[in-house]
Amino acid sequence: MLKILKYSFFDLMRSRWSYIYFFFYLILGYVLFFLNNDVSKAVITLLNIIIVLTPLIGTIFGVMYYYSSREFTELLLSQPLKRSTIFIGQYLGVALSLSLSLVIGLGIPFVAYGVMRSGAIWDFTSLLVTGSFLTFIFVALAYNIALSFNDKIKGFGFAILMWLFMAVVYDGIIMLLMMKYQDYPLDKFALGAMMFNPIDLSRVLILLKLDISALLGYTGAVFQQFFGTSMGMVISMAVLSLWVLIPVWRIRRVAGKKDF
Amino acid sequence: MNRTIFILLFPLLVNSLLAKEIVVCTTCEVTNIQEAINRANAHDAIIIKAGTYLENNITIDKPLVIKGEQGAIVDGQSKDGIFLVAADSVTISGLTINNVGRSHTKDNAGIKTLNVRHFLFENNTFNNPFFAFHIQKSKRGVIRDNIIHGNAIDEFDSGNGIHMWHCSNIEVLDNKVDHMRDGIYFEFVKHSKVEGNESRFNIRYGLHFMFSNNDEYTHNLFENNGAGVAVMFSKYIFMKNNTFRLNWGSASYGLLLKEIYDAEIKHNTFEKNTIGISADGSTRVNVEENDFINNGWAIKFLGACYSNKFLRNNFVSNSFGIAYKGTLNSNIFDKNFWSEYVGYDLNHDGTGDVPFRPVKLFSYVVNKTPETIVLLRSLFVDIINFSEKVSPIFTPDALKDEHPSMKRIAW
Repeated sequence: MLKILKYSFFDLMRSRWSYIYFFFYLILGYVLFFLNNDVSKAVITLLNIIIVLTPLIGTIFGVMYYYSSREFTELLLSQPLKRSTIFIGQYLGVALSLSLSLVIGLGIPFVAYGVMRSGAIWDFTSLLVTGSFLTFIFVALAYNIALSFNDKIKGFGFAILMWLFMAVVYDGIIMLLMMKYQDYPLDKFALGAMMFNPIDLSRVLILLKLDISALLGYTGAVFQQFFGTSMGMVISMAVLSLWVLIPVWRIRRVAGKKDF
Repeated sequence: MNRTIFILLFPLLVNSLLAKEIVVCTTCEVTNIQEAINRANAHDAIIIKAGTYLENNITIDKPLVIKGEQGAIVDGQSKDGIFLVAADSVTISGLTINNVGRSHTKDNAGIKTLNVRHFLFENNTFNNPFFAFHIQKSKRGVIRDNIIHGNAIDEFDSGNGIHMWHCSNIEVLDNKVDHMRDGIYFEFVKHSKVEGNESRFNIRYGLHFMFSNNDEYTHNLFENNGAGVAVMFSKYIFMKNNTFRLNWGSASYGLLLKEIYDAEIKHNTFEKNTIGISADGSTRVNVEENDFINNGWAIKFLGACYSNKFLRNNFVSNSFGIAYKGTLNSNIFDKNFWSEYVGYDLNHDGTGDVPFRPVKLFSYVVNKTPETIVLLRSLFVDIINFSEKVSPIFTPDALKDEHPSMKRIAW
């Protein structure tokens, strides 16, 4: 598996798109600091970008890589290799290289501007951790979709739809539901709804770290408990891990049975 | 002419020259403050030398000047109240007053007054008082440069720093109060002034007005309190040049207005409060030239607010801007600076050419369904805010600033 991981990883590392992705974050980080020298403010701006962009890039890269390396995958399948090894290896290769672009791309300007000395180091770390988590989740989801559709266009369309649903539509539905049933106690529902969407979950996770979380606690005791204590942190992290594990498990299952 | 004045004033002069000084110290003839008071005549001075005096319920029943020298500590051993002032023209200064007894039935205080005039309490330090000052039915007094450190934990068994009830013409100047229930508390207090105080880490309010009319508070700092300032059921209150900072918690605000009429709020700074101003039933309040910076909500209207004016304020980076319920009720927003304003100014007169609508759709939604706040900073929220800005449907159409300023207003 390591060999396949290594191959996929270096294959992507050599590709133009990884560099573009890397330089995009690098420039973004520098520009943000150039515009305001305040590290904690830069973290908030980055939050907005990361929770939208990392899933999108993860989805597109995942689908693209699967379809473009399809012939090579078929070649590998003819070798005496376990199927799970091949697909998990490829998946990890894609996810790792994307996360690396993110972490290094943003890490360099932050280190250069002295995040180490400022109090924002933990905010920044959690930003990178959730960004990487999102990459792993959405590459896995994209792989799931690609495995399910042999037609490239269909797979691509579904992947983009999935991203659109998670990033925008889901929140809209939740908001409408909450407004429709506003006479009922909603705080547990609201928190539960966040758990079923990794983008919302990461947003909540980063908000927890910022002092803006006091605003969230405004609403009631359940929020107060969740956002005011470390409980929220632990639960969100655990659910994010589940969001990685379940799609990866499905990749193994589907790849194991699929007729190529 | 000069001679007649001298003759007229002479008895007064002699009287003051005759005032004697009684020194209290651990090795003096008088070792006890109460004993010194009993011995003193009206208008005498009592000098308290360094040392710790374990006394409770010291009653001052004649006009006296009580002056503590450096290191003079009166310790109530958490048993009962300490000074009770029952005479006019009493001065207490320079003392350190420690450990007033907590009680659920009595308002024990470091210095308590009842029905007196012309008092002056200055430069005292209070440590762990139940109430530091408890001023009842008194007039024309000054409370100045005192430092009060409490250790309040719960609202129900803690007292206020400077507590006033049925008073008038009192000046509360340059005191520092922390860790009490309310830093400064006014109930039925008229024509009084609160200036230059610092009220921090109080578990309820930094400053609390109830049923108090014609008062002014200026140049105070309210920081990290359970809530900054509550002004309730009062008329003609002037609030100027105060700073409301970091009143940041799940149910916190910089300034609460409840049933307020004809108030003036000018040149204040509201920074990093969960809610800058929370207005519930306020009428004819002029909010002019204030800074609202980095608050959760800059202003939240809860209802029954009529004819309030918000002119020339700076609203900078507040998460929700303004929350509004109900109809406009002739409240006016005009000539303010809004950091989110993206309009243009073609004739360069410093005023934006398109009106600004300060209520964002998300703010409106959160106001109706508070739980939707978990969607804060989501992409969907940005999209609906934008579309609402382009064509308002839900937010009150009339609530807008017709002349938004392009530049931050300097005041």
